[in-house]
Amino acid sequence: MTPILSVRHLAKTYRSGDRSLTVLCDVSFDLHPGETCAVAGPSGSGKTTLLGLCAGLDRATSGSVDLSGRRLGNLSEDALARLRNREVGFIFQTFQLIPTLTALENVMVPAELRGEKGARKRASELLDQVGLGERMSHYPAQLSGGEQQRVSIARAFANRPAMLFADEPTGNLDAETGATIEELMFDLNETAGATLLLVTHNHELARRAGRIIRLRGGRVVSDSRAKAEPALP
Amino acid sequence: MAWRDSRGSRRQLALFLSAMVVGVAALVAISSFGSNLRKVVDREAKTLLGADLMLESGRPFGSAMEAAIDSMGGTQARLVSFPSMAWFPAGRHSRLMTVRAVEGAFPFYGALETTPADAANRWLADGGALVDRAVMDLFDAQPGDSVRIGRRFYPIAGRIDKMPGENQMMSLFSPRIYIPAAQLDSTLLSRGSQAEYALAFRFDDGRDIEALVERMGPRLREEEVRYDTVAEIREGWDEGLTNLYRFLNVIAFVAVLLGGIGVAGAVHAYVRRRLAMIAVLRCLGAGVWRTCAVYALQTLAMGLASSAAGAALGIGVQALVPLALQDFLPVTVPFSISWGSLGAGMALGVGAAVAFALFPLVSVRRVSPLLALRASVENGLSGLKDPLWWGALGIVAAGIAAFAIGNAPSPGVGLGYAAGLAAGFLALLSTAKSVVWATRRFFPSGWSYIWRQGLANLFRPDNQTTMLVLSLGLGAFAIGTLFGVQRTLLGQLELSEALRLPNMVLFDIQSDEIDPVTDMVQAQGLPVLDSIPIVTMRLASVNGRAVRAMQEDSTATWAHRREYRVTYRDHLTESEKVAAGEFIGAADPNDPRAPVSLDEDIARELEVGVGDSLAFDVQGQLIPARVASLREVEWRRIGANFYVVFPTGVLEETPRFHVLLSRTETADAASGLQRAVADGYPSVSIIDLSLVLSTFDAIFSSVSFVVRFMASFSILTGIIVLVGAVVVSRAQRRRESVLLKTLGASRSEVLRIMTVEYFFLGFFAALTGLSLSFAAVWAFAAFLFDAPFRPDIVAALALLVAVPLLTIATGLVNSRGIYRRSPLEVLRAET
Ligand SMILES: Nc1ncnc2c1ncn2[C@@H]1O[C@H](COP(=O)(O)OP(=O)(O)OP(=O)(O)O)[C@@H](O)[C@H]1O
Ligand SMILES: [Mg+2]
Repeated sequence: MTPILSVRHLAKTYRSGDRSLTVLCDVSFDLHPGETCAVAGPSGSGKTTLLGLCAGLDRATSGSVDLSGRRLGNLSEDALARLRNREVGFIFQTFQLIPTLTALENVMVPAELRGEKGARKRASELLDQVGLGERMSHYPAQLSGGEQQRVSIARAFANRPAMLFADEPTGNLDAETGATIEELMFDLNETAGATLLLVTHNHELARRAGRIIRLRGGRVVSDSRAKAEPALP
Repeated sequence: MAWRDSRGSRRQLALFLSAMVVGVAALVAISSFGSNLRKVVDREAKTLLGADLMLESGRPFGSAMEAAIDSMGGTQARLVSFPSMAWFPAGRHSRLMTVRAVEGAFPFYGALETTPADAANRWLADGGALVDRAVMDLFDAQPGDSVRIGRRFYPIAGRIDKMPGENQMMSLFSPRIYIPAAQLDSTLLSRGSQAEYALAFRFDDGRDIEALVERMGPRLREEEVRYDTVAEIREGWDEGLTNLYRFLNVIAFVAVLLGGIGVAGAVHAYVRRRLAMIAVLRCLGAGVWRTCAVYALQTLAMGLASSAAGAALGIGVQALVPLALQDFLPVTVPFSISWGSLGAGMALGVGAAVAFALFPLVSVRRVSPLLALRASVENGLSGLKDPLWWGALGIVAAGIAAFAIGNAPSPGVGLGYAAGLAAGFLALLSTAKSVVWATRRFFPSGWSYIWRQGLANLFRPDNQTTMLVLSLGLGAFAIGTLFGVQRTLLGQLELSEALRLPNMVLFDIQSDEIDPVTDMVQAQGLPVLDSIPIVTMRLASVNGRAVRAMQEDSTATWAHRREYRVTYRDHLTESEKVAAGEFIGAADPNDPRAPVSLDEDIARELEVGVGDSLAFDVQGQLIPARVASLREVEWRRIGANFYVVFPTGVLEETPRFHVLLSRTETADAASGLQRAVADGYPSVSIIDLSLVLSTFDAIFSSVSFVVRFMASFSILTGIIVLVGAVVVSRAQRRRESVLLKTLGASRSEVLRIMTVEYFFLGFFAALTGLSLSFAAVWAFAAFLFDAPFRPDIVAALALLVAVPLLTIATGLVNSRGIYRRSPLEVLRAET
C-alpha cells in the first residue's frame, strides 16, 4: 500500500542575519491511509514546523515531502493551495477562524473555494455534528474557545480531506473541554477515515493514536507503534 | 506614557494625520492669501479707480453740470466708453469691443503697462490706439498696424498688458480698445445710446472727497450722474473679494472636516487595537478618566503636530493661489505670511482633531474590563445610546456652525452653509448606510464565491464602508457637481446650435440702413431669420405717478429707473405665452393709450397688472400706454426677448434702430459676413454667438479651475483617508488572506476577493457622490440658472470607472506581498 504521506530526510533551517538555526534535521517517516499518528516532543523541538512542512504551508530547506503522491517541493504556491483544498484539513492550536465570517461561513469556505454546490448544507450538518447547530450565525468573537475549536474542526472536515493535521488542538483549552474536543475529533475522523497527524503534549491523546513520533532538537528520537493498537500494514 | 503607548502605529497615525495636514494647509493658504489680498486692495484702492473721484453718466454732462465740474478744479480726464466694432484691416478681422475714448492723463494712479513699453506714454499724443492683449494675439496684430473704429483709422500704438482696475475676466467679456478722444469719430456717439460718459478727477490738495460728494449729492442725482470714490471702490472690491475668499474658505473647510474624519478614523482604529490593553489596564485598576486622558493627550499632540505641519505647507501653497486666481484679480498680491491666518488655521486644525476624536474617545470610557477576558464583536465602540457621544456630536456641530457663520455674509446664510454641509454629510452617510443595508438585504446569493465574499466584506464586522463612502463620495460629489454645472450651462448654448437658432446678431442698424443691410445679408446667401426694430425708452409714470417723484421718496425700484429696449410687433414669438389679459397686435388709432404687453416678472417688480396705465418717455416724447397683457417669457432661449412689447402702429415714427438675426454654417461664411458689414456699414455691430460660446467656455474654465484647485484639497484628503483606512485594515487582511491560502485559495482568488471588495467600495462611493451631485446640479439648474437639467453623463461614467479603479489600485498596492508570505510564519506570528 502506498503511503499517503512520505517524508524523506526533511530539514529546515532558519536564517536570521548571519546565524542559521536548524529546526528540523533529517526527518523521515511514512504515513499510510487511515493511520493515526501523534507527534510529541518538548517545546521548540520543531513539531509545528514539521506539520507545516507536511501540509505545504512552508518550504523545506532540503529533503522531500510527498502528499497523496505529489512532491510538494515541485508544486507552485497555487498548486499547493489547490492540493490543500482538496486533500488536507488543518486544525490549529489557536483556532484561526476568519474573524469577519460567521461560524457557518467559516465552515463553508473550503467547499466554496472548491466551487462545490451544497456547501451551506454540508457546513450546517457539520456544525450540527459538533454541537453548534444553534450558533451558526455567530462570529468567532462571540464564541468560547472550545466552541471556536469545534468550528475549526468542522471546517477541517468540510472537504472530506484524506489527510488531517492537528497542531495541539486542545492546548488552549481546559482538560475537560479538551477531552470533549478530542473525542469529537477522533469520532469524526473514524467515520471520515482520514489519516491524522497530530501534535500533542497530552499522553492520553498520544496513546490514543496508533503511533507516536518523538522529536527532540529537530530530530526523530523514536517512532513507535502503540501496543494496544493492532499493527498496521 | 502617552507617547510610549503610540509605539507601533505611528506610521499609520502619520498617514491619517496627513489628511489633517492637507486640510489645514488649504485653509491657511486661502486665509493667509485672503488677508494679504485685502491689505493690497486697501493700499492700492486708488489704482483700482485710477483717480480720486469719478463721475459717470449715461449721457453727456449738461451745461449746469459742466459748470459745476469746472468749479471743482483738480486735474481732470474724460472717458467715453461704448461698444463698437473694431476692424483690423491687416488680417481683415473684426470684433465687437468696448471702446474707451480718453482725454487727459487717465489713469492718474497705477501704472498702465504696454508692449512696447513706451506706448503707454506716447499713444495719446501720437493719436494711436491701445488694444486688448487677447485680441492682439487672436488677430496676430502688430504695433503699427491700423485699426478702424467707426469711420476713423488709428495706428496701433501697443498692446495693453495691464490697465489699473481691470482684470482678465473683464477683457473676456468685452475686450477693450483705448483711443484718444480727440480723434474719435463723433458720429458713433450721436446715435449710440449705449455710451457711458465719465470724468476722472485727481486732487492734489488732499481735500475731503466724501464731503465733496455729500455736498454735490442732490445735484448729481438730479442730473442722473453717478459717482465712484476710492472709498467706495475699495468697499466694492473688498466685498467682492471677501465673498470669493469666503467661498474658497468654505471649500477649504470641507477639507479640514475630512481631515477631522481622518483623525476620528485614526483614533478609532488606534483605540480599537488597544481595546485589549485598555481592558487590561482597567483590570489592573486604572481609572476611566485616566485611560481617556492618555488618548486625549495623544490626540492633542497629534492635532498640534499635524496642524503645524499643515500651516507650514499652507504657507507654501499660498504661493500657488495667485496662479489659480490671476484672472479675477485686479492687483498683484505679493507673497507674505499672515500670522493671524496661520494661528487661526492651526487652532481650527487642533480644534477639529480634538472634536472629532471625541467620538472614539468617549467610548473608551465604556470599555469594560471584561473585554480583557473575552473580545466582543461590538467592541463597545458604538455610541448612539451614550449621552456623551451626543455631546461630542453637539460640539462638532457647534464648531461647524460657528465657522460657517464666521465665514458668511450674515448669520442666516452661515446657518444655511452649516445646514447645507450637515445635509450633504447626512445624505452621504445615510446613502452609505443604506448601501450597506441593501447589499445585506438583497444579497445576491447566486453569485460565485469570490464575488459574494468580496461584496459581503462591505458589511462584515470591522468594515470601513461608511468612512470610505463618505470620503470618496465627497470627492466624487464635488467633481460631479462641477462637471454637471458646466455641462448644464454650456448645454444651453449648445442647444441653440442644435436647434439651428440664429448665431449671427447684427445690431445698431439705423432705420435708413435696415433695407440695404438686409439685402447685403441675403446677397451673401445667408437667411434673415428675424429683423427686430428696437426703441429705447424710459418709464415716465406708473398709474399717473411720476417716476421722478417715486425716486425722490425712494419707492422707485430698478425696474422704474432702468432704460427699456422695446420692440413692436403684431404676434407672439415661440418663447412667449400670454399669462393674463389679451395680446393686441395692432394699436387702434383712436385709443389714446397703446395696449402693451409686459413680461410677468417686470410687471410684478413694477407692481402693475392688466389694465394699469404707464407712460414712456422716448427722447422727450411721452407715449401713454396701458397694460393689455402679461407674458410668460422663456428668457433662456437665445433670441430677442423683451420686457415690453408694443403693438404695431405706435412707434414707427420714433428714433429706433434694428437688430437682424441670421445664421451662418461655416466659419468662412461668418467672417465673410463680418467683413461685408465692416466694409459697408462701419457703425453696425455684429456678434458671432459661437464666439460667445467659446468666450463663455473660457470664462467657465477659469472659474472651474479655481473651484477644482480648491476641490483638489478635499479630494486629496479623501484619498489619504482612503489609503489610511486600507493600511489600517492591512493586518487583519493579511491574516484573512493567509487563512484563505491555508484553506486552499490560490493567489488570484485572494486578490480577486480583495479587488471585488474595493471595486464595490469605490463603485458605491462614486454612485453615492454622483447621485448627490445630480441632485445638486438639478437644484442649480432649476433654481439658479433656470435651465434644463443636463447631467454630464460622460463625466459621471468616467468617475464611475475612475473612482473604483483608484480604490482598487490603492487597495492592491497596499496589500502587495500579502500572498507571498509563508502561511506558517504568519499563523505563528498571530499566536
Ligand atoms: N521564522 C523563524 N525564524 C527563526 N526561528 C524560528 C522561526 N520559526 C520557528 N523558529 C524556531 O524553530 C524552533 C521550532 O519551532 P516550532 O514552533 O516548530 O516548535 P514546537 O515544537 O512547535 O514548539 P511548541 O511546543 O512550543 O509549539 C523554535 O526554536 C523556534 O524558535
Ligand atoms: Mg508548536
